[in-house]
Amino acid sequence: MATMNMLQAINNALDIAMAEDEKVICFGEDVGIFGGVFRATSHLQEKYGKARCFNTPLVEQGIIGFANGLAAQGSVPVAEIQFADYIFPAFDQIVNETAKFRYRSGDLFNVGGLTIRTPYGGGIAGGLYHSQSPEAYFTHTPGLKVVVPRNPYQAKGLLLAAIRDPDPVLFLEPKRLYRAAVGEVPEEDYQLPIGEAEITKEGTDITVVGWGAQMEVIGKAVELAEEQGIACEVIDLRSLLPWDADTVVESVLKTGRLVVSHEAPLTGGFAGEIAATIQERCFLYLESPIARVTGLDTPFPLVLEKEYLPDHLKIFEAIRESVNF
Amino acid sequence: MMTEYVHQPDFMTGDEFSIPTFSLLCPEGELHDGAIEPALERDHARRIYQAMLATRILDERMMAAQRQGRLSFYMQCTGEEAAVVGATAALDDADMIMAQYREQGALMYRGFSIDEFMNQLFGNELDYGKGRQMPIHYGSRKLHYMTISSPLATQIPQATGYAYGQKLAGDGHCTLTFFGEGAASEGDFHAALNMASVHQVPVIFFCRNNGYAISTPAVEQFAADGIAPRAFGYHMHVIRVDGNDVLAVYEATRQARKIAVERNQPVLIEAMSYRLAAHSSSDDPSGYRSKDEEEVWRAKDPVLRLKKWLLKKQWWSEEEESTQQEALRREVLDTLKRAEKRASPPLESLISDVYADITPALQRQFDQLKRHIRRYPDAYPRGAKSLDLDVGTDTDSQGEA
Repeated sequence: MATMNMLQAINNALDIAMAEDEKVICFGEDVGIFGGVFRATSHLQEKYGKARCFNTPLVEQGIIGFANGLAAQGSVPVAEIQFADYIFPAFDQIVNETAKFRYRSGDLFNVGGLTIRTPYGGGIAGGLYHSQSPEAYFTHTPGLKVVVPRNPYQAKGLLLAAIRDPDPVLFLEPKRLYRAAVGEVPEEDYQLPIGEAEITKEGTDITVVGWGAQMEVIGKAVELAEEQGIACEVIDLRSLLPWDADTVVESVLKTGRLVVSHEAPLTGGFAGEIAATIQERCFLYLESPIARVTGLDTPFPLVLEKEYLPDHLKIFEAIRESVNF
Repeated sequence: MMTEYVHQPDFMTGDEFSIPTFSLLCPEGELHDGAIEPALERDHARRIYQAMLATRILDERMMAAQRQGRLSFYMQCTGEEAAVVGATAALDDADMIMAQYREQGALMYRGFSIDEFMNQLFGNELDYGKGRQMPIHYGSRKLHYMTISSPLATQIPQATGYAYGQKLAGDGHCTLTFFGEGAASEGDFHAALNMASVHQVPVIFFCRNNGYAISTPAVEQFAADGIAPRAFGYHMHVIRVDGNDVLAVYEATRQARKIAVERNQPVLIEAMSYRLAAHSSSDDPSGYRSKDEEEVWRAKDPVLRLKKWLLKKQWWSEEEESTQQEALRREVLDTLKRAEKRASPPLESLISDVYADITPALQRQFDQLKRHIRRYPDAYPRGAKSLDLDVGTDTDSQGEA
């Protein structure tokens, strides 16, 4: 075991994947000698050469178009989009091409080797365009997998799984935690399952669901709730597409209450999908309305970021209200 | 970057350069003065012509079938057979082709059978694409022809990426991507050329400048002298070629392939041609262009031009022509009749291939759909056909927790 922050864990996963398979190729804006603006690809070009780790021109639709073709050819591209806020020029390539490649060709061709890594989320004074959580745009797209790790250990295991997965994966990295999250990470190769949620804490009174950076915030809220004697069950979804409804259903059948939290705006957010599924499958077991604690329906703010974000106090309030309903 | 400093402002527009059009064969089927005949063997030349002829006949027949209501949609390659088949003939048969949608001639040249065309057009159970895409969205793994995707220009940066993989694999192959002059307005075109040039990729960008993007004429698509000058902005090899002259297209593409494969450098080819038919079966060109204009181009028919050259060389005869035409027409009609009677793809094909494996959530939706179809089989005749209707609607697990 080594102590790593999330960037080191991601870098370590890429290193392992590139060492193991020469078809693994990392590229994106500033990804080459500089190692990416966050340094996730540090030293990979030195180690594996310019042909396998390189800078691209500044053109997201080109990066993903190129990546789609490379994956169709049989390579295993790991493309970086520098900020999730800038993924939209590539939206067509991801939604119309990546996601539909296998289906539209009747499995003659696929881009299953593709992994798209991109940092997402707020809390870093990034304003409108360095803070967004665009996961719900992509969870609405059959053919993609969407994965979000919460800590360094999860990041390494899930990224290795994503790279080796037979389907294309959008890997959203919580950039607020890149250096802030530090933990024990095995130096050797390991994978964590895609499509499986993890119960990070068991409890009987209420279920609290989240993913990525929000898990840390949920953790703080749950501490406050436990001080008041509320036993919370906490679930990290880890994969949003496909998502592990069974684990959440089983938990809510036990607790009868559910709070879901994400940073993205409320309307059309992924919490809505979870709420709809749970009311459908747990209707007679629910003791209170399912609560969503999310960002506001505004663009991501700057100076009032703290007010906008679904912090531990807002989640704690939602837990309290649900239990006292 | 090397620059010379000047001390008076001097604006440039690109008019300082003019890009000529490479042409070998005149409409009468004779070589232009000073033109050198490409090294094309008799059998190869015949293979090219037969593919062009077969494409023309397939298009005529299928357009007629569409008008009879037997087919939902169709797109013709008519007028552009030389550009498409000539380019394909200059490649190695294992080079990847990533086409736009009007390039059935490439598949015809590589040996896609009439039966394979028909199965896709009718979306039947033998369609490789499992009946998921509109007619003309062909694909063939064995013929190295990427399945067509409707969104325009998306295949262009993919070709750059595919070719980058070929370069790393070192297998000596390249990728050729076809697109229209209209699609070249998309951002994906610019992204693709720039990345190919920066990363030194063995890819050929083949623009079919056929004068129209549906109804929009080329003069309303761009202000510059066509697509070719854009190559300068990316420091890329470029050639403009008479797209109705199959010998010129063949020779230009053959040399482009050498640059791509031997030097790992991309090439842009702009083939000047004309879309003689409508954009698609849903389009009527009489609303935006004149018959006179069409006649000018009909006189430059690329199939006829190659035929005249072959006849002069005595590599083809009028007897062969009529026998071949008749045989092709019969084969298309017979095959069509078989294909339209084949069963639809099974209901399961609705949910396969979304992912490598079917997800639990999708399986749940599918089970629900099957229960519904069993209840109302008459409303869903295709789906009901592949279901065991005797299974009671309430014997299926409801899948609830």
